[in-house]
Amino acid sequence: MKLYEYEGKQLFQKYGIPVPPGIVASTVEEAVAAAEKLGTPVVLKAQVLVGGRGKAGGIVKADALNEVREKASKLLGSEIRGVPVHKLLVEKAVTIEKELYLSITMDRVSARPIILASAMGGVDIEEIAREHPEAIVRRPVDPLLGLKGYEARIIAYKLGIPKEHLSTFAKLLQGLYRLFTDYDAELAEINPLAITDQGLLALDSKVIVDDNSLYRHSDLLTGESRAERGEMTEYEEKAAELGLAYVELDGNIGIIGNGAGLTMATMDMVSYYGGKPADFLDLGGAASHERVYKATKFLMEHPRVDVLFINIFGGITRCDEVAKGIVEAVKEVGAKKPMVVKLVGTNEEIGWKILEEVGIKVFKDMEAAAQLAVKLASEKRGVSRDGHTG
Amino acid sequence: MVILVDENTKVIVQGITGRQGSFHTKLMLEYGTKIVAGVTPGKGGIDVHGVPVYNTVEEAVAEHPDANTSIIFVPARFAADAVYEAVDAGLKLVVVITEHIPVHDTMRFVNYARIKGARVVGPNGPGVISPGKSKVGIMPGNAFRPGKIGIVSRSGTLTYEISSALSRAGYGQSTAVGVGGDPIVGTNPIEVVKMFEKDEDTDLIVLIGEIGGDIEERVAAMVAKGEITKPMVGYIVGRTAPPGKRMGHAGAIISMGTGRAEDKVRALEEAGVPVAETPSQLVSLVKKMLEGR
Repeated sequence: MKLYEYEGKQLFQKYGIPVPPGIVASTVEEAVAAAEKLGTPVVLKAQVLVGGRGKAGGIVKADALNEVREKASKLLGSEIRGVPVHKLLVEKAVTIEKELYLSITMDRVSARPIILASAMGGVDIEEIAREHPEAIVRRPVDPLLGLKGYEARIIAYKLGIPKEHLSTFAKLLQGLYRLFTDYDAELAEINPLAITDQGLLALDSKVIVDDNSLYRHSDLLTGESRAERGEMTEYEEKAAELGLAYVELDGNIGIIGNGAGLTMATMDMVSYYGGKPADFLDLGGAASHERVYKATKFLMEHPRVDVLFINIFGGITRCDEVAKGIVEAVKEVGAKKPMVVKLVGTNEEIGWKILEEVGIKVFKDMEAAAQLAVKLASEKRGVSRDGHTG
Repeated sequence: MVILVDENTKVIVQGITGRQGSFHTKLMLEYGTKIVAGVTPGKGGIDVHGVPVYNTVEEAVAEHPDANTSIIFVPARFAADAVYEAVDAGLKLVVVITEHIPVHDTMRFVNYARIKGARVVGPNGPGVISPGKSKVGIMPGNAFRPGKIGIVSRSGTLTYEISSALSRAGYGQSTAVGVGGDPIVGTNPIEVVKMFEKDEDTDLIVLIGEIGGDIEERVAAMVAKGEITKPMVGYIVGRTAPPGKRMGHAGAIISMGTGRAEDKVRALEEAGVPVAETPSQLVSLVKKMLEGR
């Protein structure tokens, strides 16, 4: 779960990380009142969970109250990269002397938290990594001991933090590390961490909390749905309610697979033969017929799906269960959309028989099935597509 | 020799009385895996498919001192505790099948196991199989045949699809390791590739990767430097995955500019590792590599 900037900053304050004085506003009146209280000039920051918010016009400075009114009314209700703005963070403007980058994330190779820091802040870490890889300080931390004081000091020295800010920086980094572990974060990022006329300040926050840990962070649950937060599409939210691992894409071939790897391989294969996948939908392990039924029905009813391609390797999942689920869905919503099924593995003969009885052709080879799905989809759209792109 | 599991692997099943634990205990026994004991707190004294159940791993190990491996089926919230219990009881290989374990839990138990000289495989993976010798996992045994191909994969079912295609074409496997789909795993593909490099029963390595992280790029760098000399064939999925979206596996996400499929494919190909675009292509690449030598 991604946290909004203001939610992240609330956590920062809890862990002793200094942030500029700020107030969240949902209306123009609230924004003006906030600016009045904070004193102008202020910065109005759209609270949306998309990258590149600043470049897209989501962060604006306002020098006087009438300017706050004008700019807040423009921002509220507008869209930043397709995401509607419901809230603004109104913050007291500060004078920036230098911008740094600081984050903690997970290092897959060492299986440890890793601190990434750079004296070149204010731009994306991707950009620093691409243009100036040598300007990034990387330091894995032992998760059993936590971040030690001397490690925080080493990073401060490597960044060239001025003497008067050294101890604040070390404390701040240790606070960020505690936040990272206490809140099961996948990423806790401050960019920029600025040296200002008010001292060291976290001017932005990006905190991503591990979804698998949310059961122990009920304080983060706001009652707002993931679709409302702009983290999921409407259909993704619906699928999540049905317990399906689903990602919406922009093509017209609906894809169901069992296992994330096989499902991605199915998407890739459709694209290899010139088609466009409409989604990633993974049934997971040991899928029951109810689950298959739900998934099949869900995609049959999705407006953009023209053809369904179901690709199953029955290991622990039984082919007869899968076939049963498909037939249940077809009986309920009707076979309005063509369907291509590849089904092999445990109890495959029973599965094939169940499907053939209702006239669904079954494949044993996923590549032949993918080619047919692509052909049917292009017929449906009345566009001829090129062969494979490989 | 094969890697990680073989005839000498003696397994304790943690969470043996649960639906998954009991079902897979049966399948592993049918495959020929030597399961010496099971553990479920509060269920000590019963047996599951003829396997005696104990309340604690410590007790199970005291009664079955030949036990050296654990496979864990306990729910995500209790999985970390189960790993500590296995490691503290002296088991040297801990295979974690459980999905949805908080990643900070995983970071801690993986590092703890390392200090104690134990190895974790998983979580969120199918486990390990050395065909004909031992299966410590949930993969369907009939998708595998004994042979000389070492498979390391971040995926479950895709591995079964590929191993059965290889098996049908006459290419059996020395060992197939499903490292797990989480961002942090106890044993990553780099480590498995190194084990295959040293294993005299492995002639060729199949690397099945996916979007997320840069482990595949690091394997490519090892090949380029000559640290890995055995022939290798790759298969990377997620070429069509959008950035910033998690594709089923917690670890399958393109983020902060890393993890794209095309970067992995390019790195491997530049290192001389051919990368297949489909499972059937993979089989023909394996054939070409082995016969071309």
